Amino acid sequence: MEVKILTEHYSDDNYRSLDGYKAKGGYETLKKAFSMKPEDIVAEVKASGLRGRGGAGFPTGVKWGFLPNNGEPRYLLCNADEGEPCTFKDRMMMEKAPHQLIEGMIISAFAIGSHKSYIYIRGEYVYAAKVLEKAIKEAYDAGLLGKNIMGSGFDHDLDVYRGAGAYICGEETGMISSLEGKKGQPKLKPPFPAVQGYLAKPTIVNNVETLAAVIPIIRDGAAAYRKNGTEKSAGTKLFSVAGDVNKPGNYEVPLGYKMIDLINNECGGVKGGKLKAAIPGGTSAPIITAEEIEKATLDYECLAEMGTMLGSGSIVIMNDTRCMVDMMKVISHFYHHESCGQCTPCREGTGWLHKLVTSVITGQAKLTDIDLLCEVANKMKGRTICALSDAAALPVLGIVPKFRDEFEFYIKEGYSKVRGKSHGQMHH
Amino acid sequence: MFELSNETKEFIKKELGRYETKESAIIPSLYKVQEQNDGWVSDEAIHAMSEIMDIPVARINEVFHFYTMFNKKPVGKYHVQVCCNVACCMAGTRELFETFLDEHNAKEGEVTNDGRFTFTRVECLGSCDTAPMMQINEDYHENLTPESARQLLKELR
Repeated sequence: MEVKILTEHYSDDNYRSLDGYKAKGGYETLKKAFSMKPEDIVAEVKASGLRGRGGAGFPTGVKWGFLPNNGEPRYLLCNADEGEPCTFKDRMMMEKAPHQLIEGMIISAFAIGSHKSYIYIRGEYVYAAKVLEKAIKEAYDAGLLGKNIMGSGFDHDLDVYRGAGAYICGEETGMISSLEGKKGQPKLKPPFPAVQGYLAKPTIVNNVETLAAVIPIIRDGAAAYRKNGTEKSAGTKLFSVAGDVNKPGNYEVPLGYKMIDLINNECGGVKGGKLKAAIPGGTSAPIITAEEIEKATLDYECLAEMGTMLGSGSIVIMNDTRCMVDMMKVISHFYHHESCGQCTPCREGTGWLHKLVTSVITGQAKLTDIDLLCEVANKMKGRTICALSDAAALPVLGIVPKFRDEFEFYIKEGYSKVRGKSHGQMHH
Repeated sequence: MFELSNETKEFIKKELGRYETKESAIIPSLYKVQEQNDGWVSDEAIHAMSEIMDIPVARINEVFHFYTMFNKKPVGKYHVQVCCNVACCMAGTRELFETFLDEHNAKEGEVTNDGRFTFTRVECLGSCDTAPMMQINEDYHENLTPESARQLLKELR
C-alpha cells in the first residue's frame, strides 16, 4: 500500500507555490529546526536511519558527520542530476513540490552549518529548473532565504545550476567538477567531498529525495519516521516504475514492501504478456527473473542479497515478449555513450561490451563471445575512479548468466529466440 | 562574422560574478550563446566568449565538447530528440525514429533540406512513465503514438 509521507500533497497543484505549500504546513518544520541545536538535528537524522535516495544508500547522518571542524566554509549540494535510466522521481518532486526541497535544504544546511548551497539539476530538466527558480525567488522575497532567515540569525543562499547533458555528473565528484566549470570527470576518493569537495572545501552532496525526507524526520521525530520500513531500510521511498505495467508512475511505499505487490496492486499488473524480468534499481542494477521478483522485497538488504541493488528505486518491468539480448544492447550503448573516458577499463570496456553484444545481433559473434562478454565485464569492476565502470559491467553479469540460452540461440540461429525470425534487427 | 549580442554580453558579465569561480559561468554562457546562434555554438563564438570572459579558448572548448546539450554544428529549427533508452525503446521509439528519418528524408544528426528539423537519438530523459517520449528544443512530448508524433511534426513550421 502506498504510504504518502513525502508525496501527501502532490495532487494539489497549488502546493508548488509558496502560499499553497504554507497552507499545508510548509516551512513549519524549518521554524522547529531553528529552535533546535544543529547537532541535535544531525543526531535525529542519524537516528532515523535515512539512507541516500540517489542510489548508493549511504546513511545520510553518517555522511554529515564526516565534515571536519576546521572552520572552513561548507557547501551543501543537492544532486538533481537524475540520470540513471528509468528514474523519474526527482523530476516529479521538483516540479510538484519545489518548496519541499528548499525547506529540506535549509534545514540540512542549518544542521551542517552551511551558508551556501546549489541545486545541480540535469540540463534536460528545463521545466523543473524554471519551477525551482520561481520558488527560490518566492522564498527570498518571504525572507526564507538570504540573511537572518525567520529571525533565526542563520544566513543561507541557494542557487540553481543547470548541467548540460552528462550522466557522469550524477556521480558526486563528477558533479563537483562540473559545478566548478570543468568537464564533469569524477575525482579519486579519498579525499571524500565531506573533507575536500566543491573548491576543495568541505561539501555534502545529497539527493533531492534525501533532502526532502529530512522534513518528516525533524517534524515527527526519528522514531516516527522509523515506523515505516525495516531496521536497515527505514522510512518510505519513491519508486519509479516503467515498462510493461498497466499503470507506470512514481509510487511512495514503505521500504520492505513486496515488489510483486507494487507491480500487481499499485501498477495494475503486467501488460502485454507474462512477467519475465525486472531491473530493480536503475539500469546499473543486475536484472532479476520472475521467480526472484516473487521473493523480492524493496529494501537495500534483500536486493543486495539477491546480487542486485535498490539503487535509485527505479524499476523496469519486462514481459515475456522482451528479448534480453536486445535489452542488453540498449543498456550497453548507454554506458558506452556516457563513459567520461578518464579510466581505461571503463573507456575501452564499455565499448567492448557494446560491440560484443551488437555482434551477437548482427550475426558476427561466436559462442565463445558469451564468455568473453562476462570476462570483459569482470575486468571492468572495481578498477576505476568512479562506479560507472561497475554500472556498465553489472547488468551484463546479471543478464548473460540468467538468460544465456537467448544469447546462444541468437548466435546459432541468427535471430532472436523471443521475437522470432520475422522481426528485423534494430541498430542502435 | 559572429558577434555576441549586447543581451548575451550582459548575461555573461552577470554570470561571471554569480558563482564562486568565474569558470562556473562557462556552462550557462554556452547555453546563452547557443540560444543567440540558432541552436549551436561555432568556433568563432567560442573565441568571442573567451575574449569577454578572459578564459582561454582551450578551457572553454574542454567544457563545450564534454556535454551533449551543446551542439557542435548547425541544427534545424526544431531539434527532435527521441529517447531510445530502455523504457522508450520498449515503447517503440526506435521504430518511430526510423519513420521520422524516412518521412523527412533525413539523416541522423543532419539538418533537413527545408531547415526545419534535426533528428537525434538521445539517452534517458527521465520520463519513462510517459514513454514513448521525445524532447523538441526545450519541451517534452510524452505518451506519443506514431500518429500523434507525426502529426506534431507536421504542425511545426
